[in-house]
Amino acid sequence: MADIVSLREGLAELVSDGDLVAMEGFTHLIPVAAGQELIRQRRKDLTLARMTPDIVYDQLIGAGCARKLIFSWGGNPGVGSLHRFRDAVEHGWPAPLEIEEHSHAGMANRYVAGAAGLPFAVLRGYVGTDLPKHTENIKPIECPFTGEQLTAVPALNPDVTVVHAQRADSHGNVQLWGITGVQKEAVLAAKRSLVTVEEVVPELTPRAGAIVLPSWAVTAVAEVPGGARPSYAQDYYERANTSYQEWDAISRDRERFQEWLADQVYGAEVKS
Amino acid sequence: MSSYTAEEMMSIAAARALTEGSSCFVGIGLPSTAANVARRMHAPGLVLIYESGCLGAKPDLLPLSIGDGMLAETADSVVSVPEVFNYWLQPGRIDVGFLGAAQLDRFGNINTTVVGGDYTDPKVRLPGAGGAPEIAASCKEVFLVVRQSTRAFVAELDFITSVGHGSGAGDRHRLGLPGAGPTLVITDLGILRPDPRTAELTLTQLHPGVTLDEARAATGWELAVAEELGRTEAPSDRELTVLRELTAASQ
Repeated sequence: MADIVSLREGLAELVSDGDLVAMEGFTHLIPVAAGQELIRQRRKDLTLARMTPDIVYDQLIGAGCARKLIFSWGGNPGVGSLHRFRDAVEHGWPAPLEIEEHSHAGMANRYVAGAAGLPFAVLRGYVGTDLPKHTENIKPIECPFTGEQLTAVPALNPDVTVVHAQRADSHGNVQLWGITGVQKEAVLAAKRSLVTVEEVVPELTPRAGAIVLPSWAVTAVAEVPGGARPSYAQDYYERANTSYQEWDAISRDRERFQEWLADQVYGAEVKS
Repeated sequence: MSSYTAEEMMSIAAARALTEGSSCFVGIGLPSTAANVARRMHAPGLVLIYESGCLGAKPDLLPLSIGDGMLAETADSVVSVPEVFNYWLQPGRIDVGFLGAAQLDRFGNINTTVVGGDYTDPKVRLPGAGGAPEIAASCKEVFLVVRQSTRAFVAELDFITSVGHGSGAGDRHRLGLPGAGPTLVITDLGILRPDPRTAELTLTQLHPGVTLDEARAATGWELAVAEELGRTEAPSDRELTVLRELTAASQ
């Protein structure tokens, strides 16, 4: 059964320095408030995994929380670069960042294998690209039935997965809908999980296309209204595209970023 | 005829390439703009597939990201990200993969990973692969939209993120890549297609007002040119109106 917790105590309990943490969300339902709370708790040496590290991972990297990033697309969607990520890779600021780079199909399948309790996943992918030269976790494998050459990627089993969802009931059953990305697989692949939700309701009502993560598959649930902003939560609020555009200027400059961090993260109250 | 920019010509030429009723795996930016112009012009039944899992999205405006809410709200079906790659893309169900690139070489291989330096110490770190390697591998064919310049059209890629025609004809088959690879490259200067014998990208068409010398000067290798070089039809007033309304409404 999932515990209903506050964001602060949930993350303090579940995430330790050095952990492999996945905070998933494919444009939609990005656990931004949780990411900023990890910065506030001054977590260090994290290995961060995510298919599409966007501005909250840029913030975690810039704040010096990450040692390594496992990812498949690191950009500010529709805007351009993640400048803190680039600064870390290109100049080692604020600390060198080790990277493990995949394609989306490879990352998605790493979570699928993790959720399925298998050691690896098989896909038709990466062939002919330079990615396998630099990423050890991409290996060729022969199909035992047809002899076809395929690609294997190992399961990704985070110590902690954090995702955001629309709602949960008071027992900790979680419901999310719209673009659900790879969140189900990321939660099931993880040793521990925290789900932040827009609201905790007495009872979940069925919704077309919704996924339910049963309470017994989740470690903790925290009510964090607006916890995905500036990304969006379908049927709750829209994506703040201007925030993504503004992040470009804030993140471009180290000093401006640090002012933002002091003001908006360290200086801000915990949301829940 | 209204005046228009090279950028507008490129978007419209790309839109024209998409045929009614086909399915198209759409990258964000230029490909998404072109696909949505096509849907408002000659291809209302074009099936747009976004890697966020939106199958058959029908956005009213241009999305800023591949996962904007209106894509999910207007889609025929919204599936998980593992599903979009494993069940829809990988088996070769999707007709056209529509991609952009930071760098492209003469065989239509593309780089969206690093530019300059080496991989571990790059001069410029780009966002990376995203869905592109498998889109380029598994769609029945691939269209690329890239602004033509010596920065983008390079003799040698700094990194092969996604495979076009590898090192030439027959390479895709040898690598076991199921799709036909890039069959069309649309730029702001003209259109290139792979030579049927060598798979080398060959300039087959220039946009109105563009000279062959300009196209050659914007290419980082000795550009192959078709014997019969065509001329793109200038954008019609209607095409320009649709494109401009769409981009203005999306600001």
